[in-house]
Amino acid sequence: MKWVGQPIPRLRDPVLLKGKGRFTADIAVGAMAIRFVRSPVARGTICGIEIPEGAVVFTAADITDIKPLRPILHGRNYVPTDQPILANKRVTYVGEPVAAVIAATQSEAEDIAEQVMLDIDVLDPAIDVDEALKPDAPRVHDQAPGNVLVETSLKTPGFDAVWAKAAQVVEVDIRSRRQNAMPMETRNAHAVFDHSTGRVTLYTSVQNPHPIRTGIADVLGMPETDLRVVAPDVGGGFGQKMALVPEYVFAVWVARKLEASVAWIEDRNENLIASFHSRDQHHTVKAAFDENAKLIALEADLRCNVGAYSNYPITCGVEPLMAMSELPGPYDLREYSVRTRGVTTNTCPMAPYRGVSRPVLTLSMERIMNLAADRFGLDPVEMRRRNLITEFPYKTVTGSLYDAGTYWESLERSAEVLDLKGFRERQKKAREEGRYLGIGFSVFNERSGYGTPTFAARGMEITPGYETVEMAMDPSGYVIARIGASPHGQGLETGLSQIIADELGIEPSRIRIISGDTDATPYGWGTFASRSLVLAGGASKLAAEQMRERLNKIAGHLLQAPPEEIELAGGVARRRGHEGSVEITALARAAHHQSQLFGGGGPGLTTIATYDPAGTFSNACHSAIVEVDIETGHVKIERFLVVEDAGILINPMIVDGQIHGGVVQGIANALFEEIIYDETGNILTGSLMDFIPPTMSEVPTIEIEHLETLTDASITKAKGIGEGGTIGPPAAIINAISDALKPFGVEIFEIPATPPRIRQLIREAAKEKS
Amino acid sequence: MKAPQFAYRAPRSIKEAVTALAESEGMGKILAGGQSLVPTMNFRLARPDMLIDINRISELDFARPENGKLRIGALTRHAAFERPFFEGPLARLLADVVQHIAHVPIRTRGTFTGSLAHADPASEWCLVACTLDAEMVAHSLEGERIIPAAEYFVTTLTTALTENELLVEARLPLLDDSWKHGFCEFNRRAGDFALSMSLVALKIENGRIAEARIGIGGVEDKPVRAPDAEAYLIGKTGEAADRVEAARLASEGIQPMDDMHAPADYRRDLTRAMVRRALERALAR
Ligand SMILES: Cc1cc2nc3c(=O)[nH]c(=O)nc-3n(C[C@H](O)[C@H](O)[C@H](O)COP(=O)(O)OP(=O)(O)OC[C@H]3O[C@@H](n4cnc5c(N)ncnc54)[C@H](O)[C@@H]3O)c2cc1C
Repeated sequence: MKWVGQPIPRLRDPVLLKGKGRFTADIAVGAMAIRFVRSPVARGTICGIEIPEGAVVFTAADITDIKPLRPILHGRNYVPTDQPILANKRVTYVGEPVAAVIAATQSEAEDIAEQVMLDIDVLDPAIDVDEALKPDAPRVHDQAPGNVLVETSLKTPGFDAVWAKAAQVVEVDIRSRRQNAMPMETRNAHAVFDHSTGRVTLYTSVQNPHPIRTGIADVLGMPETDLRVVAPDVGGGFGQKMALVPEYVFAVWVARKLEASVAWIEDRNENLIASFHSRDQHHTVKAAFDENAKLIALEADLRCNVGAYSNYPITCGVEPLMAMSELPGPYDLREYSVRTRGVTTNTCPMAPYRGVSRPVLTLSMERIMNLAADRFGLDPVEMRRRNLITEFPYKTVTGSLYDAGTYWESLERSAEVLDLKGFRERQKKAREEGRYLGIGFSVFNERSGYGTPTFAARGMEITPGYETVEMAMDPSGYVIARIGASPHGQGLETGLSQIIADELGIEPSRIRIISGDTDATPYGWGTFASRSLVLAGGASKLAAEQMRERLNKIAGHLLQAPPEEIELAGGVARRRGHEGSVEITALARAAHHQSQLFGGGGPGLTTIATYDPAGTFSNACHSAIVEVDIETGHVKIERFLVVEDAGILINPMIVDGQIHGGVVQGIANALFEEIIYDETGNILTGSLMDFIPPTMSEVPTIEIEHLETLTDASITKAKGIGEGGTIGPPAAIINAISDALKPFGVEIFEIPATPPRIRQLIREAAKEKS
Repeated sequence: MKAPQFAYRAPRSIKEAVTALAESEGMGKILAGGQSLVPTMNFRLARPDMLIDINRISELDFARPENGKLRIGALTRHAAFERPFFEGPLARLLADVVQHIAHVPIRTRGTFTGSLAHADPASEWCLVACTLDAEMVAHSLEGERIIPAAEYFVTTLTTALTENELLVEARLPLLDDSWKHGFCEFNRRAGDFALSMSLVALKIENGRIAEARIGIGGVEDKPVRAPDAEAYLIGKTGEAADRVEAARLASEGIQPMDDMHAPADYRRDLTRAMVRRALERALAR
């Protein structure tokens, strides 16, 4: 039996479900509390900080030995920013740490923090992305006069000539409001000084302990070896926990300074205002079509609000550069003219969030496809059929190479499952009764599992990509795999165990995966960008193959057979076509305790492998059927369908789980979640009363179908699916709402499409009519 | 998100509780279900010096119909109304409305009178009290005071209760079988405070509306009635055109709040829809 492809339950679930997980806050019990005093204003000059007598409070003046965070990107007109660990002389966004209180308990720390008086001269801030681009806008950083931190453009040589031949031009102006990834567990940092070694252990809820360690050691000027970073159980990250933040740096610094154990456990209010935000984008996109409704050229002006500072190590290029390179998505396009900008403002910094730019750019493209379909009098499915890429490999206009996918097939199947024709009849009948139903499709692809070649093309000084796995079989025949990836709830351990089990002919229960501890794992980049199963899975497969060869050799020796004829299965080694076998546990013991017999290869059973591919594109079609209540603007999602292709599913249950979670976040993006700043830069959505993720009651059953394209771009033939769930919903839902509201001529271009926004559009449309 | 320090008392009688209130000189707060007070303290928006926990006062733990009134003691939880525990339209009305208050864990702790004392403009119980003209019974060292709903609600989070008064009971009129009710609310998510809601109670005699009560919540700084719409409906059958007109009158008689979740004109639109739907539900019963 093969383990790959089995929907086995996730190995860690029993522990987590019984509440036996160990999260940072569980480990930090008894540590001294750190409470950050945060800036109450968006922009200003610090004139003074008054500290209550006898309190232990640190400010910028106390930490002059810490370097600022300075992430670097090469080219792209990138302007580096220096982010201080505690605000120094000026504040640049509401929520920026200005001072740090240390006290015995959290409530004492909060009491003291309230008494720290900040004297700040308030200055006019730049908040909105378009306002910040105006010539007279306040300047967030002196070195960036136009408030642009990263900017690049591209224009294909044939663009103008082709554009001139357009039969139709469709334009959209897409506004995506700001979202917070909102992991269930907030951020934290628990730093423990070890008196016997002088080392510090930092327990922290992050996705990438190795780069976090590098970053902290760099700004503290300490050897990396003296810092151990441990990501214990991590309650979600979604990108928000892959950037280095001042709070982690300060925790390590102060643990060393005080030779103590300290902890910062972020509360939800801090998380909402001061951890990272994302998706605050404005796209203006024009598409030219020929008379056959074929897209011939695309022109785009993309603006991303990247907040007050660039994030380390990915940089604030992440959204604008992704938006530019991936905009055409699954559609065939040869002529492209695009300008993309990362705009700095006096708001919380941006970091990657599951899906990075693609939910927004997919919305842009899919709105265009729908508007163009209307223009040509075509059905939305037929419109897309004429434009989706069907021949692979496909080299995109921005230089990416798409491996084989099922772009058209996923849409065709979706229309079939949802019975598009039948739906149109139902829709017509419902309209006669004053009920407004709509259907929307969203086809996209997802760059996944990419290594250094792709990241290097982005010009990042710190170029992530490869993943390494160190594998050992112990004398009892159990396997330990130490991985650089850092899963945080995805169930990666289970998938990797399945891959390794198949190579070694043993059960997954004999395999242990070690992750999230810089003392125990090889240097790696962590878990993000739909990469871990592809990369750590590929490296696990390679390391297991080497392990299998070693075992075959030993078995060959014991069974007096050529190693090539040995087969490992069901826990034993056999010679193909022969009687007689030897337990794999016996091989393991022999490798360690009879090593003199086998020569070459040395004693024991350890292997190491690294995998660093260019990447593979998974794809999906999301579709939604909605009903809009025209009196209230409420949207009910009646059906939500995902037809996706992630190649071979290592564990189908985990894949479905990833899709479910992602789709819910996508629904949040489409209809619910919005971080709102007022014009002074104050955040109005600082609690879960006002920032409103959907609950089970608002989320429909998510239907899933799988297509399976076997790719050569991934050695396990698995493609990444970590982010896809979030990418499709905004476009599918917004297209569906616009379809429902056709009788009113209402088209939606802004997310979240909240009830008041929808209602206002209906009201305005009614006014125009009358 | 940890509350500042406070002292804690757990009196066993109404007398002890009101004595403690008086002693705290305005710095004490009653702790009932804690479902509104505790979050506010954790946000440090409320900073009582002393919490007076009434949960051990057994004389406050009652809910029963008596002399034409439903008497609701201060320890009656929201969840008590989920299944009707007495006969008649009022029990059905309360069972209907309670579904819309928060979530199961909150309904098992939060109290009816706690909601009235807290006076959130979007509280369902405040809307019920306003629509049905409840009476609030308050105790202090000075004795008992009965406050009619029309005088009780002042503005957001503010009532006619003084800082020395404990709300011991609320009384709702028991409705006879000629009454029908309808309730409808709009919120972004199940369990959230409503952006607009309407509770309607209609007395039907010979197929015509003899008395109409229309309450609107979540729209102004306190629950309000729709007198024009109520008057308009008298003598009508309540057919579709009547409902539309009553809803229009109701939505035009309000001065809606304006906030980031619902601009004023949106709240007005919602209110028109909520009143009409509440009327539909009442008349469909
Ligand atoms: C997530 C969430 C969602 C919610 N959604 C809703 C909703 O949709 N609709 C709704 O109506 N409510 C909602 N609530 C509030 C909830 O119903 C509370 O239970 C209610 O508002 C207060 O009742 P309590 O018994 O918990 O009062 P407490 O929180 O204990 O007290 C609230 C205030 O009233 C005072 N008080 C309480 N009892 C008395 C008394 N007997 N005499 C004098 N003063 C008193 C307290 O001193 C305090 O100031 C929600 C709460 C939460 C946390």
